[in-house]
Amino acid sequence: MKLDFVLNNKRVSINVKGGLRLIDLLREQLDLVGTKEGCGKGECGACTVLLDGKPVCSCLILASQVRNREVTTIEGLSIEGEMHPAQEAFTETGAVQCGFCSPGLLLSTVALLNENPEPSREQIRRALSGNLCRCTGYEKIFEAVELASRRINGLSVQNDKV
Amino acid sequence: MILRCMKHDSKHKIVGSSVPRVDAFDKVSGRAKYAADYNAKGQLYGMVCYASHPHAKILNIDTGKAAKLPGVRAVLTHEDIPGEKSFGSVIPHQMALCSDKVRYSGDVVAIVAAESIEVAEQAIELIDVDYRQLDVVSDPKVALKDGAILIHDENNLCAYHKVRRGNIDEGFEKSDVILERDYSTSKIEHSYIEPEAVLAEPGENGGITITGSVQNLYSIRRAVARVLGLSLNRVRIIQATLGGSFGGKDETMSALCCRAGLLALATGKPVKMVNTREMSMRESYKRHSYQIHYKVGSTKCGILQAIESEIYADAGAYAAMSPFVTWRSAVHATGPYSIPNVKTDVYAAYTNNCYTGAMRGFGSPQICFAIESLIDELAEELNLDPLELRLKNILKDNSITATGQGLKHKVSLKEVLDNVTEKMGFVDKWKQNREQKRDTAFKRGIGISCSYRGISLGAEGTDAAGVIISIQTDGSVILSTGLIEMGQGAATTISMIVSEKLGITPDRIRFLSADTSRSPDSGPTVASRTTFMAGNAALRGCHELLERIKPVAAELLRCPEQDLLFENNSVYAPNKTSEGDRKIPFSELADKCFQKGISLFAHGWYKSPPTTWNEENGQGDAYFTYVYGANLAEVEVDCITGNVRVLKFISSHDPGQIVNLSGALGQVYGGVIMGIGYAMLENYAESEGNPLVANFDEYLLPTACDIPEIETTLIHNPDELGPLGAKSLGEPACEIAAPAIANAVFNATGMRIRHLPLTLERVKLGKELVRIDSRGSVKARGG
Repeated sequence: MKLDFVLNNKRVSINVKGGLRLIDLLREQLDLVGTKEGCGKGECGACTVLLDGKPVCSCLILASQVRNREVTTIEGLSIEGEMHPAQEAFTETGAVQCGFCSPGLLLSTVALLNENPEPSREQIRRALSGNLCRCTGYEKIFEAVELASRRINGLSVQNDKV
Repeated sequence: MILRCMKHDSKHKIVGSSVPRVDAFDKVSGRAKYAADYNAKGQLYGMVCYASHPHAKILNIDTGKAAKLPGVRAVLTHEDIPGEKSFGSVIPHQMALCSDKVRYSGDVVAIVAAESIEVAEQAIELIDVDYRQLDVVSDPKVALKDGAILIHDENNLCAYHKVRRGNIDEGFEKSDVILERDYSTSKIEHSYIEPEAVLAEPGENGGITITGSVQNLYSIRRAVARVLGLSLNRVRIIQATLGGSFGGKDETMSALCCRAGLLALATGKPVKMVNTREMSMRESYKRHSYQIHYKVGSTKCGILQAIESEIYADAGAYAAMSPFVTWRSAVHATGPYSIPNVKTDVYAAYTNNCYTGAMRGFGSPQICFAIESLIDELAEELNLDPLELRLKNILKDNSITATGQGLKHKVSLKEVLDNVTEKMGFVDKWKQNREQKRDTAFKRGIGISCSYRGISLGAEGTDAAGVIISIQTDGSVILSTGLIEMGQGAATTISMIVSEKLGITPDRIRFLSADTSRSPDSGPTVASRTTFMAGNAALRGCHELLERIKPVAAELLRCPEQDLLFENNSVYAPNKTSEGDRKIPFSELADKCFQKGISLFAHGWYKSPPTTWNEENGQGDAYFTYVYGANLAEVEVDCITGNVRVLKFISSHDPGQIVNLSGALGQVYGGVIMGIGYAMLENYAESEGNPLVANFDEYLLPTACDIPEIETTLIHNPDELGPLGAKSLGEPACEIAAPAIANAVFNATGMRIRHLPLTLERVKLGKELVRIDSRGSVKARGG
């Protein structure tokens, strides 16, 4: 069947099989392999993408469900080569280790900051609790979100490194 | 995050500071290519047919129907293997495809390559295997009894190690207090978020190229060469960006690479195989569960006289790394204490459970939990506080370890213990907590733990590594080594060490992924050995290069070689040349060297200092040096539900010299949280050889909501053997979290829990509740 939707700010029109998962559409048909599959069950959050700005597990969504809606993947986060403040903050604070969970965590972070530009530590924890990370122990991810928040709000960024 | 006591050694330009990871940009932009992201034109998809029973004789395998399914290109069994049917670094008995019997539920009897995953899955359903079921052995102690059902041809003993020091009977005779306790730990899944994946492509000259999520490329290459019947130079293993490993992508990947390789050679096509999480959980090896018995003797004032221990590890169906894992347990079994009389026996036994192998800690997390719980129990018995008893017995400079090794370096155990206890006022708080009212619903507790850890492989075997440094004519550098980046930060750390020596900034250094055909066999990336081994090798390579380029620089600057300074991508001789502070860009120097025909390529090779081991009495210099660490945990126990919240964690370690501060802290945080998972949540439960968990819905990992406040203190204590003084950190950070938490729970509730994890039931009721087969779990769902 034919599927029209907006992907990373561009209109896409593509033929898909019924029953195809969004993650397979992205990875296999559109070659956007930045979205990762960790569990296929909505437990780990590695496959998180934004659907109309809200984080969803692309392994739990059928491709047909995004018809006429807007999908953002990690490839769509930087605009014209300019990294999103969250991407910069993840790099600078050391919030990335193996990096497999990073795309999903970044999209959850962007969704949080879009909705709540100055989240508390507790709000950050809740917003990211659907994204498992086995390497970092989350601490530096929290610091990265806080740094990105300060940058977005134009606040002082002293003492933001380590 | 609070960091204190950090003494930055100003004599280094970059080493010791915080540098963003060299691979971070690719990873945050989604460009990093992990194994499952690779595809090749015309590729087929591989799938495995798992054993239907954890222990059974294979009577017949009928692949006829599967082979006839349209879209299927190959169905292979053990009969189609051109080389040996099994592999293994220590004992080569792990079956690539099972022939006579299956030994655990993750064993594979046949493999399929097809034009799509769907067809491959259908074909697997069409394979008929006749089995005769055998009795299942699921308890390692039972496995070692006379008359036990055999998993392999000989008895079920996979490994045995002993340590004998002094006279154990005399030790207990001299003791006023003797305590005997039993502890057990659960089986742990590495839970790297990236499931295993490979792409195998038939190469030139009948060889094979495999790109995959591999941790130890060279042991995997040996397995593939053996099974495919190829020489090592025709098997090329390339490491894709690795989505976590923690010791886990070794034998599991050997098996997957062998299978994909067999299918690729049989079909002449590229074959891609990607495990689902369920497949990964079912098949991949785990951290061993241990059953541990301790007997400890002490004088009434708290001087340890003797420790006797008997330890059983569940090796599961295959040996994998069990012989080495349990050896490390034997060496460390008595903890970081001076004990004159020691008797340690460690057994690893084959069972029909999922096999076990290397995982962060490598035989230490089990031991640390038990010995550090035991020391607290002894303190309680002696009416001492836990810190006091530790301080009376810990290893110090020149102490002799349980294996008879004199410690010649600076032993920092007291310092790390002071670091975690002083600021919190540990002893006062520990005493106050004991006064909490019995009927209080929420009780606070505080607990400590400490450890020593031998770094690198020690007497396990040959320990050497190589790093290739290639300066380009524009002054940039390409670095490659057989040790790998797996998320731990090796690419950045090794780049920083090279940067320090050559004065080239890390952004001008490119660290390549490992490739068995292009980088030297440097052994496995394990045992927290990468910074130490590759760092030392890199230093040698840098030294060699500097010897060659310095004369050219001195000539250009008209100054003696000893006045040269390499810094910020340039070289100069401050105030020493007639031209003042004239700086030559490194690019100019490199190009000049190239024009003169001077080699800008060096291979630094480093072999570790010697270690010794006597199998007969378990005595020797087991490791060439050690690191030390201590933890403090503060918890709040909900006495109504049994829920334990870790409120605060203090961690202090002695990594020698920090290389990348940001990376070092990341190792501590990640290690502590993995340790909290071990303590509180994780359990790869099995019943009669069948796994009871299949995915992260039931195998629980710590989430962002489970994280306490973590305070870290890293000690600066350069080791004369380490590269610029650096030792190791990744594993020590992980091994002592669980006992600190168990000790804190005791401090809160007065109840000692000797079995991990500290589930609600164990904390509330003091016992485990058994799951009924019909409820939840994979069995009920037919998975």
